[in-house]
Amino acid sequence: MPAATADAPFDFPTIHKSQLGNGLAVWSVQHGDLPVATMVLLVRAGSSTDPAGRPGLASLTGDMLDEGAGDRGALEVHDALARIGAQFDTEVGSDATFLTLTTLTKFRQHGLALLADMVARPRFDAGEFERVRHLRANRLRQLRDVPSATADRAFATAVYGDHPYGHLAIGTMAALEHMTLDDVRDFHRRAYQPANAVLIVVGDLSHDQARVEAAASFATWAAEPSAGLVAAPGIDATGHAAHRLLLVDRPGAAQSELRIGHVAVSRRTPDYHALVVANLVLGGQFVSRLNMNLREHKGYTYGARSWFEFRLGPGPFQMSASVQTEVTAQAIFEAVGEMVSLRGARPITASELETARATLTKGYPRNFETADQIARSVAQLALYELPDEYFATFVPRIAALQLGTVQDAATRNLHPERLVTVIVGDADRVDPSLGVLDLGPAFRIAAP
Amino acid sequence: MEMRCERRVLDNGLSVLVHEDHGCPLVAVNLWYHVGSKNEQPGRTGLAHLFEHLMFEGSAHHDSSYFQPLQAAGAVLNGSTNADRTNYWEVVPTGAVELALWLESDRMGYLLPALTDAKFTNQRDVVLNERRQNYENRPYGRATMAMLAALYPPAHPYHWLTIGSADDLRATTLDEVKAFFARHYHPGNASLAIAGAIEPARAFALAEQYFGEIPAGPSRQVVTPPSFSPGSSRLVLEDRVELPRLYLAWHGPRMFAPGDAEVDLVADLLGNGKTSRLYKTLVYQRRVATEVAAFQQSRELAGFFQIVATAAPGHTLDELEAVIVEEVARLADEWPTPEELARVTAQAEAQFVYRLQTVGGFGGKSDQLNAYNIFLGDPAFFERDLARYLAVTPAEVAAATAQYLQSAGRVSVSVVPAGRLSLALADSEPAVVH
Repeated sequence: MPAATADAPFDFPTIHKSQLGNGLAVWSVQHGDLPVATMVLLVRAGSSTDPAGRPGLASLTGDMLDEGAGDRGALEVHDALARIGAQFDTEVGSDATFLTLTTLTKFRQHGLALLADMVARPRFDAGEFERVRHLRANRLRQLRDVPSATADRAFATAVYGDHPYGHLAIGTMAALEHMTLDDVRDFHRRAYQPANAVLIVVGDLSHDQARVEAAASFATWAAEPSAGLVAAPGIDATGHAAHRLLLVDRPGAAQSELRIGHVAVSRRTPDYHALVVANLVLGGQFVSRLNMNLREHKGYTYGARSWFEFRLGPGPFQMSASVQTEVTAQAIFEAVGEMVSLRGARPITASELETARATLTKGYPRNFETADQIARSVAQLALYELPDEYFATFVPRIAALQLGTVQDAATRNLHPERLVTVIVGDADRVDPSLGVLDLGPAFRIAAP
Repeated sequence: MEMRCERRVLDNGLSVLVHEDHGCPLVAVNLWYHVGSKNEQPGRTGLAHLFEHLMFEGSAHHDSSYFQPLQAAGAVLNGSTNADRTNYWEVVPTGAVELALWLESDRMGYLLPALTDAKFTNQRDVVLNERRQNYENRPYGRATMAMLAALYPPAHPYHWLTIGSADDLRATTLDEVKAFFARHYHPGNASLAIAGAIEPARAFALAEQYFGEIPAGPSRQVVTPPSFSPGSSRLVLEDRVELPRLYLAWHGPRMFAPGDAEVDLVADLLGNGKTSRLYKTLVYQRRVATEVAAFQQSRELAGFFQIVATAAPGHTLDELEAVIVEEVARLADEWPTPEELARVTAQAEAQFVYRLQTVGGFGGKSDQLNAYNIFLGDPAFFERDLARYLAVTPAEVAAATAQYLQSAGRVSVSVVPAGRLSLALADSEPAVVH
């Protein structure tokens, strides 16, 4: 087998920055030969800033932005997007909202104008609001039947309790029923402020062009200093779990959907790079221990994986798999066993470290192939306030990690004694087998 | 706008396509075998896809996980099987091109000596779990099975889904798997695309170096579907769902055949995005549905057109069907407006540009070159492919709508909450899904 040789050097994207008079940061990256541009507008407000009693409000607000804006009604906004061949999505995450629009270079200014209308001048029409609310209610109804969505929602609540990280962006039916257009207007006023946002433009353009084009569309977005910005509450990093083992009944299900994890660390942890590497050994890719054991050796599942979700506040560590009903208890036993032994009986080996580091370092340029990839990566720097040279220093930082550092980070940040296990499956068939896990009786909950 | 490509054919019949792009220090290796679930026999459905899994379990000169050396070199990789073809790809940093080609060549030439019963049994269990996860335990997951089974007669190779039936997967033997490899996995039934930061001369030399020694195989199996007269059927499936959903399907043109681009645009006009006619009527104005989609599925032997709509609470699938029939008739009778057609062709044109952004992976340039080469024998078809869409006129859209979506052979599948059969289209019969 031919060994891999040295790779060609790569120049990471250079980010240019300026600020408009209203406080909006404008970042740009010159990229590529294709006539394609991607714009991301990052707003520092997500589901973690949902007010108490209003889970889902950030997401509902995000949903309303393209339902009429500026001079255009709801259908007219989408007609305009279609006419420039735009790929457009609004993603409401835990800590931020991202509006991403890709279009052809010749339509770039038009795309920016549409984005500006949506964030600065949404119409928030009452009729459209009622329609969107009904669609969301139906979506929530349908999600009850999707095992993976049920497991995600139950897990978040089980480990975070009442903290906003305890619900997914879509929120809950109970809250949705009481949400009003005034709630949306108020959230928009307190979150969608130019100084609380960053506009990122990637394409075939200089920063001067980016600044001029951004100003043409966004300069009239007025700051409203009196509104008071939304903020996420603090969090107890040890979690709130009242139960260790939860079971959502899905009679007759062919598989059990599993989520096993606990509250872990924030994006700001000094262990970040070491934990990314450690997770690649445990469950971050195909050859990781979890997948090799549960899929390639046991055949219990189509795939098993694990991840740390690094957020502004302490995000979760999770292991996940959908496993054949008959082997539910064994699969949990094996997954927890892999996590426990990584901290003790089978520590990370030099060869595993080498594979994980190479995956990250040699594969890194792949994340900068398209304008969309670059814009989304740059948005992460903006959200987590990482330095401009972050991309260029990532590879040397990973390459410099020693085995002891990675092992130590894994041992300190993985907590078997805090694990919460959520099972969505056929309770009558699964429950009797769970005794071997020594987690006490399973606590049965309804699908959220 | 074009996708440049050089092609050479090795003495053993392997097509080699090379596309140079130094935008990122990456090389995409993409290998298609012209075999899919259409090459299976009734009773052994699912074999082509199960076989794809075994391609990742090691070969004679590297008898362990295919993923390990590649992920350790910073590569990403995957494979997929559909009715017509099986593809395998790696996207590697420039220093690992030879590693990827060596591994692909070893499993093309020397898979069987390393194939054991233990690997076979393990991957059959994995595939059965893939089937449970993506079909059996997923809301509406069995609808497409019922739909295809009704559209095509049992002897037609599109009668079954690529995942296959669980009983067939359990009945498959290791000897059948080995025979499948011998029949379909050889250079003359394959196309290798190499795209990215590599000079063409070197790419061709490496292809010759690693694949040139593999012997040519038997001639390609040509699948001739049985002729049949399309019949109409109305089926119902009970499922663990909150809202009933209607699947309507018609026979459509084959991939790249006359009418194929036209019905693709019909799908966009009817069901792609909030400005489409069905979304506007069903979801936005009358609010009888929560979502709607339309698409043309172009396949090598035949195509089919689908409209899928989910009823809002309190509304029946009969109501949805009536609106759909009405909108289809309106498009056939009144033609799309020039502005409407300009909108969907602008979207199509932009999509073609976006398709030039990545060298590898599903849908990347290397994958597209192989698609054009395998199905048309013309890897440089990209530009003419786009031209098909730009040339479509309002009259052609209307004619294609009438020809395909007002034809007699229509299949409907109503998926309703368990115990609520009355929500199905009137006169529907229970579907039997294996």
